[in-house]
Amino acid sequence: MTPDLMRAGTRARRAAEQRSAAAQPGPSGGREASYSRVVDPTQLDTTHGAILYLEDITVSFDGFKALNALSMSISAGELRCIIGPNGAGKTTMMDVITGKTRPDAGRCFFGSTIDLLRLRENEIASVGVGRKFQKPTVFEHLTVFENLELALKADRGVRASLFFRLSGAQLDRIGETLVLIHLQDAAQRTAGLLSHGQKQWLEIGMLLIQNPKLLLLDEPVAGMTDEETERTAELFLSLEGSHSLVVVEHDMKFIHALTHANPAKKVTVLHEGSVLAEGSLAQVQADEKVVEVYLGR
Amino acid sequence: MSTVTGAAPLGHPERSERSAAGDAVMLRYAQDDMRVPHGLVRRWSGIAVALVVVGVAVPVANLLVPETGALHLSDYAVQLIAKIMCYAIAALAMDLIWGYTGILSLGHGAFFALGGYAMGMYLMRQIGSDGQYHLPMPDFMVFLNWKEFPWHWALSDSFVAQMALVILAPGLLAFVFGFFAFRSRIKGVYFSIITQAMTFAMMLLFFRNETGFGGNNGFTDFKRILGVTIATPQTRMVLFVITGCTLIGFYLVARAIVGSKFGRVLQAIRDAESRVMFTGYDPLRYKLAIWTFSAVMCGVAGALYVPQVGIINPSEMTPAASIEIAIWAAVGGRATLIGPIVGAFFVNGAKSVFTQYLPEYWLYVLGAMFIAVTLFLPQGIVGLFRRVRR
Repeated sequence: MTPDLMRAGTRARRAAEQRSAAAQPGPSGGREASYSRVVDPTQLDTTHGAILYLEDITVSFDGFKALNALSMSISAGELRCIIGPNGAGKTTMMDVITGKTRPDAGRCFFGSTIDLLRLRENEIASVGVGRKFQKPTVFEHLTVFENLELALKADRGVRASLFFRLSGAQLDRIGETLVLIHLQDAAQRTAGLLSHGQKQWLEIGMLLIQNPKLLLLDEPVAGMTDEETERTAELFLSLEGSHSLVVVEHDMKFIHALTHANPAKKVTVLHEGSVLAEGSLAQVQADEKVVEVYLGR
Repeated sequence: MSTVTGAAPLGHPERSERSAAGDAVMLRYAQDDMRVPHGLVRRWSGIAVALVVVGVAVPVANLLVPETGALHLSDYAVQLIAKIMCYAIAALAMDLIWGYTGILSLGHGAFFALGGYAMGMYLMRQIGSDGQYHLPMPDFMVFLNWKEFPWHWALSDSFVAQMALVILAPGLLAFVFGFFAFRSRIKGVYFSIITQAMTFAMMLLFFRNETGFGGNNGFTDFKRILGVTIATPQTRMVLFVITGCTLIGFYLVARAIVGSKFGRVLQAIRDAESRVMFTGYDPLRYKLAIWTFSAVMCGVAGALYVPQVGIINPSEMTPAASIEIAIWAAVGGRATLIGPIVGAFFVNGAKSVFTQYLPEYWLYVLGAMFIAVTLFLPQGIVGLFRRVRR
């Protein structure tokens, strides 16, 4: 073996050692993402950093393309705000992720193993994707307590529900959530009698009690008072990190509240079914295309 | 927000505050439990009264009190009440699927009739050679010149097999029909229309002589059940008591269902099915379970109805008969358990009065009753009582 080949070999080994030393074991890459790791295809796997991965999703309704080759990825623990004018495809995107709408083309992965396009709505909910609708959707004829009880993590089967009894720990969990959503005094009230803002909170509580990995929130502060909006922003910020959140919102004040602590936080602008711009709120607001289609008008 | 308390914690409440909140809720929950002794009396006293009426008062008033006595209950009245109790079971079944789950079926008459036919087949075999032709086969088969029983009559001689059929026939039909309808996500008025089509198709099928169910005459002239003569007051009273106990039993089962988490999921499906799905429940299974159970209940009601009324024919499968079941539930009060029973007694009581004295006006009265309830009493008669009491 010639000396320069030996030298080259040493250099290559050093480089490899440096690379592996630089790769921190964490949410992205590193040893955890390497070969010989056991992958369970039914478990959420975020070792590659992304919790939600959309690629070239296209949805058309009678020729109208609601989503046009939309690609986007959300990191684990990220709070991503999505804005866009009416008809930009924000709700359709949520419909695709939660299984309500089947796309004509594209791929949609939850973590790196779970293909969401193969699952039905209830299965998607069970693997850990929670969704809040634009219009608050709660069970109007049940009490606040019963609403939370149904959302509680438990066996979803028919027989299990027939013989279900609340355990002390579960009761405790409902209590915590009631405090979190400020409805502890309304626990026995029928959900249909709550105010609009309270219904929004109840729905958020029903999501949180399932402890989903990814929360999709479609206009969560619509119809809330300023104080309630502020509280909601605080709540979402406190969830950031332990959960991943995708917030679709029109209310720029709310977006400001969510991003002002960390101005570099990514905001995505959708337009005509695809991503128009992505970057910090300041960058996005300065973008000429964005100003033209949305913010300027 | 009206329920804001001082400095309620957000996000990650401290452990002590967490359990304090949990304790508060737990306390309220525990208080509900502590009310049980009082609730126990309230929950079961009505059942006890109903059992005494069905099991003691009516038999005594009918069989022991002399006919001249003021408290005597005529055979006609006993038969009428028994018939209405069968209807009440069907109305209760309708309430579970319509009132609680929000699925309006206009085909429950088909399940009722299927149960009735299963019982009727057995009763036809019990006639033996006492028919008009004095042959071991039922008269209509002799009339059609059939030499042997068709395949579906193979087990008709066995009481146990036919009772199993009372449950299996409507249950299986409902399961298969419901599976495809719910899997295709057929909802609301579309579901109601196809259930109506189903009962109509069944009626046409049963009208045909080749089907082997006596064509448009159906089954009648029953003589015996389990070897006992059917037309005696004693046999009738036994059937009456069985019917009453079945109604009470189904009421208790329905109460347990509605009071369980399963029942709350059903109501959640009625209020917001998409939320139920996005909460991780599969509505198909829940709907299919209650739909099949409801059909079986109807089948049992039909099986009890036939020996007491003495006839079963395809007219029980007309769409109108199924719509009437829905009217009983609506008049009595949807999404209440006692409502459909009250409704069945009220509407059918009124029907027997009207058809006796003013037969030509009955359908107008029925229509007016339904419109009045829909417009003014969304909770039916039971809702009216509750409003008055408050």
